[in-house]
Amino acid sequence: MTLNRKDLICGLLFIVIGLLFAYGGKDLPLGTAFRMGPGYFPMVLCGILILLGLIIAFRSFGEVDSPLGGVPWRALLLILPATVIFGYGVRGLGLIPAVFLVGFSSAFASRQTGPIFAFVLAVILTLFCAGVFYWGLGLPMQLFGPWVRF
Amino acid sequence: MDLLANLALGLSTAFAPENLLYCFIGVLLGTLVGVLPGLGPTATTAMLLPITFALEPTPALIMLAGIYYGAQYGGSTTAILINMPGESSSAVTSVDGYQMARQGRAGPALAAAAIGSFFAGTVATFLIALFAPPLTTIALEFGPPEYFSLVVLGLVSSVALAHGSVLKAIAMIVLGLLLGVVGTDIYTGTPRFTLDQLELADGINFVAVAAGVFGVAEILRNMETEHTREPIIAKVAGLMPTRDDLRRMIAPVLRGTFIGSALGILPGGGAILSSFAAYTIEKRISKHPEKFGKGAIEGVAAPESANNAGAQTSFIPMLTLGIPANPVMALMIGAMIIQGIVPGPNVSREQPELFWGVIASMWVGNLMLVILNLPLIGIWVRLLRIPYRALFPAILAFASIGVWSVNSNPFDLYAIALFGALGWVLLKLDCEPAPLLLGFVLGPLLEEHLRRAMIISRGDPTIFVNFAERPISAILLMLSAIALVIVFLPAIAKKREEVFEESDPV
Repeated sequence: MTLNRKDLICGLLFIVIGLLFAYGGKDLPLGTAFRMGPGYFPMVLCGILILLGLIIAFRSFGEVDSPLGGVPWRALLLILPATVIFGYGVRGLGLIPAVFLVGFSSAFASRQTGPIFAFVLAVILTLFCAGVFYWGLGLPMQLFGPWVRF
Repeated sequence: MDLLANLALGLSTAFAPENLLYCFIGVLLGTLVGVLPGLGPTATTAMLLPITFALEPTPALIMLAGIYYGAQYGGSTTAILINMPGESSSAVTSVDGYQMARQGRAGPALAAAAIGSFFAGTVATFLIALFAPPLTTIALEFGPPEYFSLVVLGLVSSVALAHGSVLKAIAMIVLGLLLGVVGTDIYTGTPRFTLDQLELADGINFVAVAAGVFGVAEILRNMETEHTREPIIAKVAGLMPTRDDLRRMIAPVLRGTFIGSALGILPGGGAILSSFAAYTIEKRISKHPEKFGKGAIEGVAAPESANNAGAQTSFIPMLTLGIPANPVMALMIGAMIIQGIVPGPNVSREQPELFWGVIASMWVGNLMLVILNLPLIGIWVRLLRIPYRALFPAILAFASIGVWSVNSNPFDLYAIALFGALGWVLLKLDCEPAPLLLGFVLGPLLEEHLRRAMIISRGDPTIFVNFAERPISAILLMLSAIALVIVFLPAIAKKREEVFEESDPV
């Protein structure tokens, strides 16, 4: 019995997302086809998504397996938090420290990057962003926010 | 001569010094970012979108259009010189373009791409000027049922033109539609799927979704296969194509322009399929098909003309109907809404200067691209030497600042990370992100028109297919049904796979 794991996971993922949305919208009034309530359209979509997920999952049986490939843990752990750090910190820290943090922390996602390269890169990036976005485009941001002002 | 009067108005707008300047900046920035390996037109446009918010609507859209075709042109340069296409629309260019480059003929390959693109862009600009007014007139007659059916057709054709599994593409659309539902229901004011977060009351920020699924997800994807070796960059010596090259280019450029223009108009985005189709056709009708894949100039000229023509004509449904044909057009619609313009047939009536100015600026921008790119090729080659590990932190920083500048809302930045992760998982499962973004943008439109149509018909769903009363809606839905049936027909499905596979760079 062969099985295409990629398709099976894909189908299951769509089913789970469909169920999550259905659960999240369970209290929305459906209304009638004449006067649709806020829940009507999303519920129809959930139904279609779950159905498609079932078909995709079902058809994965008997297919040739396709390799899933590796998971870039290092990149996931360093790149995804970068924008979160920026969002959390930009108002308090200001543009310069926030960009520096994004650049410095995410640079290590590459295995070839050492601390010196990361530091130089982050400094150049920070200067560039401050120049373009603050002075050049005049975005309403502070260079240094209240958390780091003395 | 309405056409000439309209074009004259457009040209006078496009040639206003301010607009000329922003067109130039757009083309330059687009090429600059687009030439960087791993950044396609969608990611480039999403990243540079916020820069235009400070401008008036007309220069903002002119600049965005410039960014789009600049990025596309930059992507072709990367495809030819280092065999790393930024987006699938230039993937097929790299097949023969890179071979030419390895044989020391990078210059003629780049010139073929530039000349083909410029010719295609010129023709497509005229096509837009020709087709936009009658389409607008028809669109003004559209009621909710027609719009609903039109959106359905757009979504269905984006499935037909997507790369890979049809079922997965449909599922991605539905997922996009669901994500588009998040926010306050416009009819009742009921919050939907907002998880009691005030930040979600206006829905998920669409620039954040685009930056996530096209920017961050792509970085994660690239980090999976981090190469230790530097890419081999072909040397550029002697730009001018020989007389023989020029002779061999003429027919492929004409055919490519024709294919691209026709497919680009389709709602659903023809730029990708058109370059594949143009390449396949050239190979099939060539007297020397064995030369393809080994550096045939026809294999560069045809797809490059096709993808530029397709990129250009994809503005037609966006400008006349407010329906995006591809993710970049979805971003343009987002930009229009942020600028306070309601996309749709009224744009050409209420803002003729903006409408015709944008159209005329496309031709101006294409001209700038030719003038700009051939002499500046040395700079682009140098940019190609920037290693990826220096690039992705910059992409993250620009995307963060860009999304922040839309609403100054920390929540949007968390959304980038979330959609980056989701986009990466979906990419890994061979699901294309483009249908998701289209679904996300069109979801609210689809729901609104569905609900309005049902109120008009007092709950009778046959309003959409009643040929006697709503012929346009019925025809649009019929076309959608035919398109769906066709992609599922076993013979066609096989052919479709062939077309896409043939062009996969190996």
